[in-house]
Amino acid sequence: MRDKIMYLLGAVFAVLLTWDLYKIFILVPDEANQGAIFRIIYFHVPSIFTGFTGFFLALIASGLYLATGNLAYDAFAASVTEVALAFASVVLATGMIWARIIWGVWWAWDARLTSMLMCWLIYAGYLMLRRAIEEPAQRARLSAVVSIFGCVDIVIVWKSIEWWRTQHPAPVLSIRDGGGMAPGMEAPIYFNYLALLCLAAILVMVRMRQEKVAREIDSLRRMAHAY
Amino acid sequence: MPASKLADTSLPHSVSKINSGGAATRFVRQALIIAEKDLRSELRNKEALNASVSFSIVILVLFSFAFDPSSDQLQEISGGLLWMVYSFAGALVLNRSFAREMQNDCLDALMAAPMPASALFLGKALANFALLTAVEIVSLIPFGLFYDVHITEQIWPLLLVIVLGTWAMTVIGTMFSALTVNLRMRELMLPILVYPMMIPALMACMTLTSDLLSGTPLKGDNLIWIRVLSGFDIIYTALAVVFIDIVLVG
Repeated sequence: MRDKIMYLLGAVFAVLLTWDLYKIFILVPDEANQGAIFRIIYFHVPSIFTGFTGFFLALIASGLYLATGNLAYDAFAASVTEVALAFASVVLATGMIWARIIWGVWWAWDARLTSMLMCWLIYAGYLMLRRAIEEPAQRARLSAVVSIFGCVDIVIVWKSIEWWRTQHPAPVLSIRDGGGMAPGMEAPIYFNYLALLCLAAILVMVRMRQEKVAREIDSLRRMAHAY
Repeated sequence: MPASKLADTSLPHSVSKINSGGAATRFVRQALIIAEKDLRSELRNKEALNASVSFSIVILVLFSFAFDPSSDQLQEISGGLLWMVYSFAGALVLNRSFAREMQNDCLDALMAAPMPASALFLGKALANFALLTAVEIVSLIPFGLFYDVHITEQIWPLLLVIVLGTWAMTVIGTMFSALTVNLRMRELMLPILVYPMMIPALMACMTLTSDLLSGTPLKGDNLIWIRVLSGFDIIYTALAVVFIDIVLVG
Protein backbone atom coordinates (compact mmCIF):
# COMPACT_ATOMS: atom_id res chain seq x y z
CA MET A 1 0.00 0.00 0.00
CA ARG A 2 2.78 2.37 1.01
CA ASP A 3 4.65 1.59 -2.21
CA LYS A 4 1.55 2.35 -4.27
CA ILE A 5 1.13 5.73 -2.55
CA MET A 6 4.78 6.50 -3.22
CA TYR A 7 4.49 5.64 -6.92
CA LEU A 8 1.31 7.68 -7.17
CA LEU A 9 2.97 10.69 -5.53
CA GLY A 10 5.96 10.20 -7.81
CA ALA A 11 3.71 10.25 -10.88
CA VAL A 12 1.93 13.41 -9.69
CA PHE A 13 5.32 15.01 -9.01
CA ALA A 14 6.65 14.12 -12.49
CA VAL A 15 3.55 15.41 -14.31
CA LEU A 16 3.40 18.64 -12.29
CA LEU A 17 7.11 19.33 -12.68
CA THR A 18 7.09 18.69 -16.44
CA TRP A 19 4.10 20.99 -16.91
CA ASP A 20 5.72 23.63 -14.67
CA LEU A 21 9.05 23.46 -16.47
CA TYR A 22 7.23 23.94 -19.77
CA LYS A 23 5.44 26.99 -18.38
CA ILE A 24 8.51 28.46 -16.67
CA PHE A 25 10.91 28.09 -19.57
CA ILE A 26 8.63 28.36 -22.62
CA LEU A 27 5.48 30.30 -21.75
CA VAL A 28 6.57 32.84 -19.09
CA PRO A 29 8.52 35.78 -20.58
CA ASP A 30 11.74 37.19 -19.13
CA GLU A 31 11.22 39.65 -16.31
CA ALA A 32 11.62 43.30 -17.41
CA ASN A 33 14.48 44.25 -15.05
CA GLN A 34 16.14 40.97 -14.09
CA GLY A 35 16.06 39.00 -17.34
CA ALA A 36 16.13 35.20 -17.36
CA ILE A 37 17.61 34.76 -13.86
CA PHE A 38 14.29 35.71 -12.24
CA ARG A 39 13.06 32.18 -13.04
CA ILE A 40 15.00 30.95 -10.03
CA ILE A 41 12.10 32.27 -7.92
CA TYR A 42 10.02 29.29 -9.18
CA PHE A 43 12.29 26.98 -7.20
CA HIS A 44 13.46 29.38 -4.47
CA VAL A 45 10.01 30.26 -3.10
CA PRO A 46 8.39 26.77 -3.37
CA SER A 47 11.46 25.31 -1.60
CA ILE A 48 11.11 27.68 1.34
CA PHE A 49 7.37 26.87 1.51
CA THR A 50 8.13 23.14 1.49
CA GLY A 51 10.95 23.55 4.03
CA PHE A 52 8.79 25.52 6.43
CA THR A 53 5.87 23.12 6.00
CA GLY A 54 8.31 20.39 7.06
CA PHE A 55 9.61 22.29 10.09
CA PHE A 56 6.03 23.03 11.15
CA LEU A 57 5.06 19.35 10.84
CA ALA A 58 8.19 18.44 12.84
CA LEU A 59 7.04 20.81 15.59
CA ILE A 60 3.62 19.13 15.72
CA ALA A 61 5.16 15.63 15.66
CA SER A 62 7.58 16.59 18.45
CA GLY A 63 4.69 17.88 20.57
CA LEU A 64 2.73 14.68 19.87
CA TYR A 65 5.72 12.55 20.86
CA LEU A 66 6.02 14.39 24.19
CA ALA A 67 2.27 13.98 24.76
CA THR A 68 2.01 10.29 23.81
CA GLY A 69 5.51 8.80 24.01
CA ASN A 70 4.93 7.01 20.69
CA LEU A 71 8.28 6.59 18.90
CA ALA A 72 6.58 6.67 15.47
CA TYR A 73 6.02 10.43 15.96
CA ASP A 74 9.70 10.82 16.73
CA ALA A 75 10.65 8.93 13.55
CA PHE A 76 8.32 11.21 11.58
CA ALA A 77 9.78 14.36 13.21
CA ALA A 78 13.34 13.25 12.42
CA SER A 79 12.55 12.28 8.81
CA VAL A 80 10.57 15.40 8.04
CA THR A 81 13.26 17.65 9.58
CA GLU A 82 15.96 16.02 7.48
CA VAL A 83 13.96 16.49 4.27
CA ALA A 84 12.99 20.06 5.22
CA LEU A 85 16.65 20.85 5.90
CA ALA A 86 17.50 19.65 2.39
CA PHE A 87 14.90 22.07 1.01
CA ALA A 88 16.27 24.85 3.24
CA SER A 89 19.68 24.17 1.66
CA VAL A 90 18.09 24.53 -1.79
CA VAL A 91 16.64 27.90 -0.68
CA LEU A 92 20.07 29.12 0.42
CA ALA A 93 21.80 27.81 -2.73
CA THR A 94 19.27 29.24 -5.21
CA GLY A 95 19.17 32.52 -3.29
CA MET A 96 22.95 32.80 -3.46
CA ILE A 97 23.02 32.16 -7.21
CA TRP A 98 20.36 34.85 -7.71
CA ALA A 99 22.24 37.28 -5.43
CA ARG A 100 25.50 36.79 -7.38
CA ILE A 101 23.80 37.84 -10.60
CA ILE A 102 21.55 40.66 -9.28
CA TRP A 103 23.46 42.05 -6.28
CA GLY A 104 26.95 41.08 -7.52
CA VAL A 105 27.80 39.22 -4.29
CA TRP A 106 27.11 35.66 -3.18
CA TRP A 107 25.96 36.67 0.25
CA ALA A 108 24.71 39.80 2.01
CA TRP A 109 24.31 39.92 5.78
CA ASP A 110 20.74 40.97 5.40
CA ALA A 111 18.25 40.07 8.12
CA ARG A 112 16.29 37.54 6.10
CA LEU A 113 19.38 35.76 4.78
CA THR A 114 20.89 35.70 8.24
CA SER A 115 17.74 34.32 9.81
CA MET A 116 17.40 31.64 7.13
CA LEU A 117 21.00 30.60 7.77
CA MET A 118 20.28 30.58 11.50
CA CYS A 119 17.22 28.41 10.93
CA TRP A 120 19.42 26.03 8.93
CA LEU A 121 22.00 25.95 11.75
CA ILE A 122 19.37 25.24 14.42
CA TYR A 123 17.98 22.24 12.55
CA ALA A 124 21.47 21.04 11.62
CA GLY A 125 22.18 21.15 15.37
CA TYR A 126 18.99 19.16 15.96
CA LEU A 127 20.15 16.42 13.57
CA MET A 128 23.64 16.39 15.13
CA LEU A 129 22.09 16.07 18.58
CA ARG A 130 20.15 13.02 17.37
CA ARG A 131 23.40 11.40 16.26
CA ALA A 132 25.01 12.05 19.64
CA ILE A 133 22.39 10.11 21.63
CA GLU A 134 22.24 6.32 21.45
CA GLU A 135 19.22 5.50 23.59
CA PRO A 136 16.03 5.87 21.45
CA ALA A 137 13.66 7.20 24.15
CA GLN A 138 16.20 9.73 25.43
CA ARG A 139 17.01 10.79 21.87
CA ALA A 140 13.33 11.29 21.08
CA ARG A 141 12.67 13.25 24.28
CA LEU A 142 15.63 15.64 24.03
CA SER A 143 15.35 16.25 20.30
CA ALA A 144 11.61 16.98 20.65
CA VAL A 145 12.44 19.72 23.16
CA VAL A 146 15.14 21.15 20.86
CA SER A 147 12.71 21.10 17.93
CA ILE A 148 10.13 23.11 19.93
CA PHE A 149 12.76 25.59 21.18
CA GLY A 150 14.10 26.01 17.64
CA CYS A 151 10.70 26.62 16.12
CA VAL A 152 9.92 29.35 18.67
CA ASP A 153 13.30 30.92 17.96
CA ILE A 154 12.61 31.04 14.25
CA VAL A 155 9.28 32.79 14.82
CA ILE A 156 11.04 35.46 16.93
CA VAL A 157 13.70 36.01 14.28
CA TRP A 158 11.18 36.10 11.45
CA LYS A 159 9.27 38.81 13.35
CA SER A 160 12.40 40.82 14.04
CA ILE A 161 13.11 41.10 10.30
CA GLU A 162 10.25 43.51 9.96
CA TRP A 163 12.00 45.83 12.41
CA TRP A 164 15.41 45.59 10.82
CA ARG A 165 16.45 47.17 7.56
CA THR A 166 16.35 44.57 4.83
CA GLN A 167 17.98 44.25 1.46
CA HIS A 168 15.97 41.19 0.47
CA PRO A 169 13.21 41.92 -2.09
CA ALA A 170 9.85 42.68 -0.48
CA PRO A 171 7.18 39.95 -0.75
CA VAL A 172 5.80 39.82 -4.29
CA LEU A 173 3.18 37.10 -3.94
CA SER A 174 -0.45 38.20 -3.77
CA ILE A 175 -1.10 35.94 -0.74
CA ARG A 176 1.32 38.15 1.22
CA ASP A 177 -0.25 41.41 -0.09
CA GLY A 178 2.65 41.86 -2.45
CA GLY A 179 0.74 41.82 -5.72
CA GLY A 180 4.01 42.40 -7.62
CA MET A 181 3.64 39.60 -10.18
CA ALA A 182 1.29 39.08 -13.08
CA PRO A 183 -1.19 36.23 -12.35
CA GLY A 184 0.22 34.09 -15.18
CA MET A 185 3.74 34.44 -13.76
CA GLU A 186 2.70 33.69 -10.18
CA ALA A 187 0.73 30.46 -10.75
CA PRO A 188 3.75 28.18 -11.48
CA ILE A 189 5.10 29.03 -8.01
CA TYR A 190 2.11 27.37 -6.35
CA PHE A 191 2.13 24.41 -8.74
CA ASN A 192 5.85 23.93 -8.06
CA TYR A 193 5.09 24.06 -4.32
CA LEU A 194 2.64 21.22 -4.85
CA ALA A 195 5.22 19.29 -6.90
CA LEU A 196 7.93 19.76 -4.28
CA LEU A 197 5.49 18.74 -1.53
CA CYS A 198 4.93 15.43 -3.38
CA LEU A 199 8.70 14.96 -3.66
CA ALA A 200 9.14 15.79 0.04
CA ALA A 201 6.39 13.31 0.98
CA ILE A 202 8.15 10.53 -0.98
CA LEU A 203 11.49 11.33 0.64
CA VAL A 204 9.91 11.38 4.12
CA MET A 205 8.27 7.99 3.47
CA VAL A 206 11.57 6.47 2.32
CA ARG A 207 13.35 7.96 5.33
CA MET A 208 10.67 6.69 7.75
CA ARG A 209 11.03 3.20 6.36
CA GLN A 210 14.77 3.46 7.06
CA GLU A 211 14.03 4.55 10.63
CA LYS A 212 11.69 1.59 11.09
CA VAL A 213 14.26 -0.88 9.74
CA ALA A 214 16.97 0.70 11.90
CA ARG A 215 14.74 0.26 14.97
CA GLU A 216 14.09 -3.38 14.09
CA ILE A 217 17.81 -4.06 13.60
CA ASP A 218 18.54 -2.34 16.89
CA SER A 219 16.01 -4.46 18.79
CA LEU A 220 17.34 -7.66 17.13
CA ARG A 221 20.85 -6.69 18.19
CA ARG A 222 19.65 -6.13 21.75
CA MET A 223 17.96 -9.55 21.73
CA ALA A 224 21.15 -11.17 20.43
CA HIS A 225 23.14 -9.53 23.23
CA ALA A 226 20.61 -10.73 25.79
CA TYR A 227 21.23 -14.37 24.90
CA MET B 1 28.65 13.51 67.47
CA PRO B 2 27.89 9.95 66.33
CA ALA B 3 27.00 9.54 62.68
CA SER B 4 23.54 8.12 63.41
CA LYS B 5 22.61 11.13 65.52
CA LEU B 6 23.83 13.53 62.81
CA ALA B 7 21.60 11.83 60.25
CA ASP B 8 18.65 11.88 62.66
CA THR B 9 18.76 15.61 63.30
CA SER B 10 19.99 17.13 60.04
CA LEU B 11 17.79 15.45 57.42
CA PRO B 12 14.28 16.14 58.83
CA HIS B 13 15.35 19.69 59.69
CA SER B 14 16.44 20.52 56.14
CA VAL B 15 13.39 18.81 54.62
CA SER B 16 10.98 20.69 56.87
CA LYS B 17 12.81 23.95 56.10
CA ILE B 18 12.43 23.39 52.35
CA ASN B 19 8.81 22.33 52.50
CA SER B 20 7.31 24.82 54.95
CA GLY B 21 5.01 27.71 53.86
CA GLY B 22 2.59 28.09 50.92
CA ALA B 23 3.18 26.59 47.47
CA ALA B 24 4.64 29.76 45.91
CA THR B 25 6.81 30.60 48.92
CA ARG B 26 7.99 27.00 49.03
CA PHE B 27 8.92 27.10 45.32
CA VAL B 28 10.86 30.35 45.69
CA ARG B 29 12.63 29.06 48.80
CA GLN B 30 13.59 25.80 47.04
CA ALA B 31 14.99 27.76 44.07
CA LEU B 32 16.91 30.08 46.40
CA ILE B 33 18.41 27.13 48.31
CA ILE B 34 19.76 25.69 45.02
CA ALA B 35 21.06 29.12 43.96
CA GLU B 36 22.74 29.58 47.34
CA LYS B 37 24.34 26.13 47.11
CA ASP B 38 25.69 26.79 43.61
CA LEU B 39 26.98 30.25 44.49
CA ARG B 40 28.61 29.02 47.67
CA SER B 41 30.40 26.16 45.92
CA GLU B 42 31.54 28.48 43.11
CA LEU B 43 32.72 31.19 45.50
CA ARG B 44 34.70 28.62 47.46
CA ASN B 45 36.76 27.30 44.54
CA LYS B 46 36.18 30.18 42.03
CA GLU B 47 37.05 27.84 39.14
CA ALA B 48 34.56 29.08 36.55
CA LEU B 49 34.72 32.65 37.81
CA ASN B 50 38.49 32.99 37.46
CA ALA B 51 38.51 31.14 34.14
CA SER B 52 35.80 33.28 32.54
CA VAL B 53 37.23 36.63 33.73
CA SER B 54 40.71 35.72 32.45
CA PHE B 55 39.23 34.34 29.23
CA SER B 56 37.28 37.54 28.59
CA ILE B 57 40.48 39.60 29.00
CA VAL B 58 42.30 37.23 26.60
CA ILE B 59 39.55 37.73 23.98
CA LEU B 60 39.70 41.52 24.46
CA VAL B 61 43.45 41.40 23.75
CA LEU B 62 42.94 39.13 20.71
CA PHE B 63 40.35 41.52 19.27
CA SER B 64 42.96 44.28 19.22
CA PHE B 65 44.85 42.32 16.53
CA ALA B 66 41.73 41.78 14.41
CA PHE B 67 41.19 45.49 13.69
CA ASP B 68 42.63 48.92 14.48
CA PRO B 69 41.61 49.54 18.13
CA SER B 70 41.97 53.32 17.78
CA SER B 71 39.77 53.74 14.70
CA ASP B 72 36.47 55.66 14.63
CA GLN B 73 34.77 52.49 13.45
CA LEU B 74 35.25 51.06 16.92
CA GLN B 75 32.26 52.93 18.33
CA GLU B 76 30.00 51.23 15.78
CA ILE B 77 31.18 47.71 16.54
CA SER B 78 31.82 48.11 20.27
CA GLY B 79 28.47 46.54 21.24
CA GLY B 80 29.16 43.53 19.05
CA LEU B 81 32.62 43.08 20.54
CA LEU B 82 31.39 43.33 24.09
CA TRP B 83 28.66 40.72 23.59
CA MET B 84 31.03 38.37 21.77
CA VAL B 85 33.24 38.53 24.85
CA TYR B 86 30.24 37.98 27.13
CA SER B 87 28.85 35.06 25.18
CA PHE B 88 32.20 33.25 24.95
CA ALA B 89 33.13 33.89 28.58
CA GLY B 90 29.58 33.11 29.70
CA ALA B 91 29.73 29.70 28.03
CA LEU B 92 32.48 28.70 30.47
CA VAL B 93 30.17 29.34 33.44
CA LEU B 94 27.02 27.94 31.84
CA ASN B 95 28.56 24.73 30.43
CA ARG B 96 29.54 23.60 33.91
CA SER B 97 26.18 24.34 35.49
CA PHE B 98 24.78 20.79 35.34
CA ALA B 99 27.98 18.99 34.37
CA ARG B 100 29.49 19.75 37.79
CA GLU B 101 26.69 17.69 39.38
CA MET B 102 27.77 14.54 37.54
CA GLN B 103 30.58 13.80 40.01
CA ASN B 104 29.53 11.43 42.81
CA ASP B 105 26.04 11.21 41.23
CA CYS B 106 25.05 14.58 42.72
CA LEU B 107 22.53 15.10 39.91
CA ASP B 108 20.64 11.96 40.97
CA ALA B 109 20.56 13.26 44.54
CA LEU B 110 19.23 16.62 43.34
CA MET B 111 16.56 14.90 41.27
CA ALA B 112 15.55 12.85 44.32
CA ALA B 113 15.32 15.99 46.48
CA PRO B 114 11.75 16.96 47.47
CA MET B 115 11.41 19.79 44.95
CA PRO B 116 10.18 20.15 41.35
CA ALA B 117 12.73 20.17 38.52
CA SER B 118 11.62 23.72 37.65
CA ALA B 119 12.77 24.96 41.09
CA LEU B 120 16.10 23.23 40.50
CA PHE B 121 16.36 24.90 37.08
CA LEU B 122 15.43 28.37 38.35
CA GLY B 123 17.85 28.04 41.26
CA LYS B 124 20.70 27.13 38.94
CA ALA B 125 19.69 29.87 36.50
CA LEU B 126 19.70 32.48 39.31
CA ALA B 127 23.17 31.41 40.45
CA ASN B 128 24.47 31.47 36.87
CA PHE B 129 22.87 34.88 36.34
CA ALA B 130 24.62 36.30 39.41
CA LEU B 131 27.98 34.84 38.36
CA LEU B 132 27.66 35.97 34.74
CA THR B 133 26.62 39.49 35.71
CA ALA B 134 29.62 39.72 38.03
CA VAL B 135 31.97 38.51 35.25
CA GLU B 136 30.42 40.97 32.79
CA ILE B 137 30.69 43.99 35.08
CA VAL B 138 34.29 43.12 35.92
CA SER B 139 35.24 42.72 32.24
CA LEU B 140 33.38 45.94 31.31
CA ILE B 141 36.13 47.91 33.08
CA PRO B 142 39.11 46.60 31.02
CA PHE B 143 36.93 46.94 27.90
CA GLY B 144 36.37 50.66 28.67
CA LEU B 145 40.06 51.17 29.45
CA PHE B 146 41.59 49.25 26.51
CA TYR B 147 39.28 50.52 23.78
CA ASP B 148 38.57 54.04 25.08
CA VAL B 149 34.80 53.46 25.11
CA HIS B 150 32.69 55.70 27.38
CA ILE B 151 30.83 53.17 29.45
CA THR B 152 29.64 55.65 32.08
CA GLU B 153 27.81 58.00 29.70
CA GLN B 154 24.64 55.84 29.52
CA ILE B 155 25.42 53.55 32.41
CA TRP B 156 21.86 52.85 33.65
CA PRO B 157 20.34 51.92 30.27
CA LEU B 158 23.51 49.89 29.62
CA LEU B 159 23.03 48.01 32.88
CA LEU B 160 19.39 47.33 31.92
CA VAL B 161 20.55 45.83 28.60
CA ILE B 162 23.21 43.79 30.41
CA VAL B 163 20.63 42.44 32.88
CA LEU B 164 18.09 41.50 30.17
CA GLY B 165 20.74 40.06 27.83
CA THR B 166 22.43 38.09 30.59
CA TRP B 167 19.12 36.54 31.66
CA ALA B 168 18.50 35.50 28.03
CA MET B 169 21.95 33.87 27.85
CA THR B 170 21.46 32.27 31.26
CA VAL B 171 18.08 30.70 30.50
CA ILE B 172 19.20 29.22 27.18
CA GLY B 173 22.62 28.21 28.54
CA THR B 174 21.27 26.55 31.69
CA MET B 175 18.51 24.73 29.78
CA PHE B 176 20.93 23.31 27.22
CA SER B 177 23.45 22.50 29.94
CA ALA B 178 20.73 20.29 31.44
CA LEU B 179 19.80 18.88 28.04
CA THR B 180 23.32 17.81 27.12
CA VAL B 181 24.47 16.73 30.59
CA ASN B 182 24.36 13.00 29.80
CA LEU B 183 25.76 13.15 26.27
CA ARG B 184 29.05 11.68 25.14
CA MET B 185 29.92 14.76 23.09
CA ARG B 186 28.63 17.35 25.56
CA GLU B 187 31.41 19.88 25.03
CA LEU B 188 30.91 19.75 21.26
CA MET B 189 27.11 19.77 21.20
CA LEU B 190 26.56 22.71 23.57
CA PRO B 191 28.00 25.55 21.43
CA ILE B 192 26.38 24.13 18.28
CA LEU B 193 22.95 24.23 19.91
CA VAL B 194 23.28 27.29 22.16
CA TYR B 195 24.74 30.03 19.93
CA PRO B 196 22.20 29.86 17.06
CA MET B 197 19.43 29.77 19.67
CA MET B 198 20.73 32.96 21.34
CA ILE B 199 21.03 34.97 18.11
CA PRO B 200 17.82 37.06 18.48
CA ALA B 201 18.85 38.12 22.00
CA LEU B 202 22.48 38.74 21.04
CA MET B 203 21.36 40.75 17.99
CA ALA B 204 19.23 43.00 20.22
CA CYS B 205 21.99 43.37 22.83
CA MET B 206 24.65 44.21 20.25
CA THR B 207 22.51 46.86 18.53
CA LEU B 208 21.47 48.46 21.82
CA THR B 209 24.95 48.39 23.37
CA SER B 210 26.62 49.93 20.30
CA ASP B 211 24.11 52.79 20.37
CA LEU B 212 24.42 53.34 24.12
CA LEU B 213 28.23 53.30 24.02
CA SER B 214 28.22 55.94 21.30
CA GLY B 215 26.09 58.15 23.56
CA THR B 216 22.65 57.66 21.96
CA PRO B 217 19.97 57.49 24.67
CA LEU B 218 17.44 54.67 24.84
CA LYS B 219 14.46 55.86 22.79
CA GLY B 220 12.64 55.59 19.45
CA ASP B 221 13.64 52.55 17.37
CA ASN B 222 15.80 51.14 20.14
CA LEU B 223 12.79 50.51 22.36
CA ILE B 224 11.73 47.82 19.88
CA TRP B 225 14.95 45.92 20.66
CA ILE B 226 14.23 46.21 24.39
CA ARG B 227 10.86 44.62 23.63
CA VAL B 228 12.50 41.83 21.59
CA LEU B 229 14.90 41.19 24.47
CA SER B 230 12.18 41.19 27.16
CA GLY B 231 9.93 39.00 24.99
CA PHE B 232 12.80 36.55 24.43
CA ASP B 233 13.42 36.42 28.20
CA ILE B 234 9.77 35.81 29.08
CA ILE B 235 9.10 33.23 26.35
CA TYR B 236 12.21 31.15 27.00
CA THR B 237 11.90 31.33 30.80
CA ALA B 238 8.35 29.98 30.46
CA LEU B 239 9.40 27.27 27.95
CA ALA B 240 12.35 26.20 30.07
CA VAL B 241 10.25 25.96 33.25
CA VAL B 242 7.66 23.85 31.40
CA PHE B 243 10.12 21.53 29.62
CA ILE B 244 12.88 21.09 32.21
CA ASP B 245 10.99 18.25 33.84
CA ILE B 246 10.87 16.35 30.52
CA VAL B 247 14.57 17.02 29.92
CA LEU B 248 15.80 15.92 33.35
CA VAL B 249 13.32 13.26 34.39
CA GLY B 250 11.55 12.07 31.23
